[in-house]
Amino acid sequence: MSARSGLERTLLGGKFAVTAEIGPPKSASAESVRRHAHEMKGSADAFNLTDNQTAMSRMSSIACAAVLIQEGLEPVVQMTCRDRNRIAMQSDILGASALGVRNVLCISGDHQTFGNMKEAKNVYDVDSVQELMILRKMRDEGRLWSGDELETAPELFLGAAANPFADPFEFRVTRLAKKVKAGADFIQTQSIYDMDRFERWMALVRARGLHEKVHILAGVMPLKSHKVALYMKNKVAGMMVPDTVVERLKSAKDAKEEGIRLCVEQIEHLRTIEGVKGVHIMAMAWEEKVPEIVKRAGLRP
Amino acid sequence: MIIGEQKRLEEISGMLDGHRGILIAGCRSCVAICLAGGEKEVAVMAESLRLISSLRGKGWEIEEAMVERQCEKEWVAELRPRIEGKDCVLSLACGVGAQTVQAMYPRVRVLPGLNTSNMGAPEESGIFVEKCGGCGDCVLHLTGGICPIARCAKSLLNGPCGGSQGGKCEVSPDTPCAWEEIYHSLESLGRLDLLEEPIPPKSWLPARDGGPRRIVRKEAVLTEEQKRLKGGKA
Ligand code: SF4
Repeated sequence: MSARSGLERTLLGGKFAVTAEIGPPKSASAESVRRHAHEMKGSADAFNLTDNQTAMSRMSSIACAAVLIQEGLEPVVQMTCRDRNRIAMQSDILGASALGVRNVLCISGDHQTFGNMKEAKNVYDVDSVQELMILRKMRDEGRLWSGDELETAPELFLGAAANPFADPFEFRVTRLAKKVKAGADFIQTQSIYDMDRFERWMALVRARGLHEKVHILAGVMPLKSHKVALYMKNKVAGMMVPDTVVERLKSAKDAKEEGIRLCVEQIEHLRTIEGVKGVHIMAMAWEEKVPEIVKRAGLRP
Repeated sequence: MIIGEQKRLEEISGMLDGHRGILIAGCRSCVAICLAGGEKEVAVMAESLRLISSLRGKGWEIEEAMVERQCEKEWVAELRPRIEGKDCVLSLACGVGAQTVQAMYPRVRVLPGLNTSNMGAPEESGIFVEKCGGCGDCVLHLTGGICPIARCAKSLLNGPCGGSQGGKCEVSPDTPCAWEEIYHSLESLGRLDLLEEPIPPKSWLPARDGGPRRIVRKEAVLTEEQKRLKGGKA
């Protein structure tokens, strides 16, 4: 099989992949996206553009992806089910493909009550599993979900999210299997802090042989302080941050440096887990640290 | 049943401004059970409004009436003598009831005293919970008897999302995650196999998205002849 994107090529080549997140700006100017592009170029195989993350309007992930492509970086476009129905979804995919986007991450998206426009109406015409089914049909059959033939089918490398820290724990692996059945080629996990639970989850993943059917990229997020850690632990849905992590940051002389060190250690650990094919680094509002993390973890020069 | 709750008194009083002859019409069905528009609530509403009227000099003349089922023309027809001479009806029924009254009495203004919320059930005394999304194409056989359309904040058909933790929905610690419940229901039914296959995108055509819905039971539809024989009664 020939690779549809650089990310897929890296993964098929057996190289440990790195993806990193870039948060689109609350701005009509793509200046910050270009700045991040310059800072981060070469530090990852592809860069995720979040889609109105935490349900706040930001520059569209597809527009940011187009900017990254201009700057010579490979994007991963995130597409939530919260803000668009199947009509808009397929139209956006055709447009994104025309602009050169190949990697798409299908996610249900944070509920709008997390954002600053809680009163908004949500869409959820389809869920993330169904989004995968629709996009795979476009790619593999060259047809819209309606069955209408496309003149040119999009070439897509399809991603999905998995959260080993959400409940019910045992079902999380089944749900991953469902996403693989629906068309997921790669998986990006929620940020991992509880390594034991992640190892248990990976064991279940391997028991079902899923690690051979889908490329799993383990999520990491460097923490700037113990306050951020506490926020993640208490306020962010679907996160698990052990007290040891909070304590370690709290007692550190230089919390930021400790946060980076912790992240690097996590990556080193994750690399040793069978079935983990790469890492996904989410340095929220700390994107400039990604090259350093990658370098210190020995992933890229 | 249909669940609703009363609008705030201030809002109702604002709507009534400028009116004089007011009939408060309750309903003995669903809204009586959810303590929003039954006999007692109508009496309390009438007293509160009379108080506001005398305190603020509104000059409202308020009467009370109960309808068996405000959504049915036959019952609403009985209101006719009570509506005579009034210039507005404050309906404490659901939106269906309020609309039926308005349709039958086009010359009086019908004001909604309730916010109609959902199709649900009493959970325990004083607590009413949404249960059915009315999607027009029931999936309960696939989801352990729990409706993901109404009870999951994202109406997921392949849940739970990544925000489900400790049995709670990511949206609120007071809301159970419907998908956690679906999982456990299917587990106790021994049908977890139903969760292995992705459920494809749903047709929302039979839902509200297909436009206002109308169900026709041919065998019960009267011919023109039969309607005439019934004496023009609807
Ligand atoms: S937590 Fe559960 S109920 Fe809430 S949106 Fe996610 S799947 Fe739906």
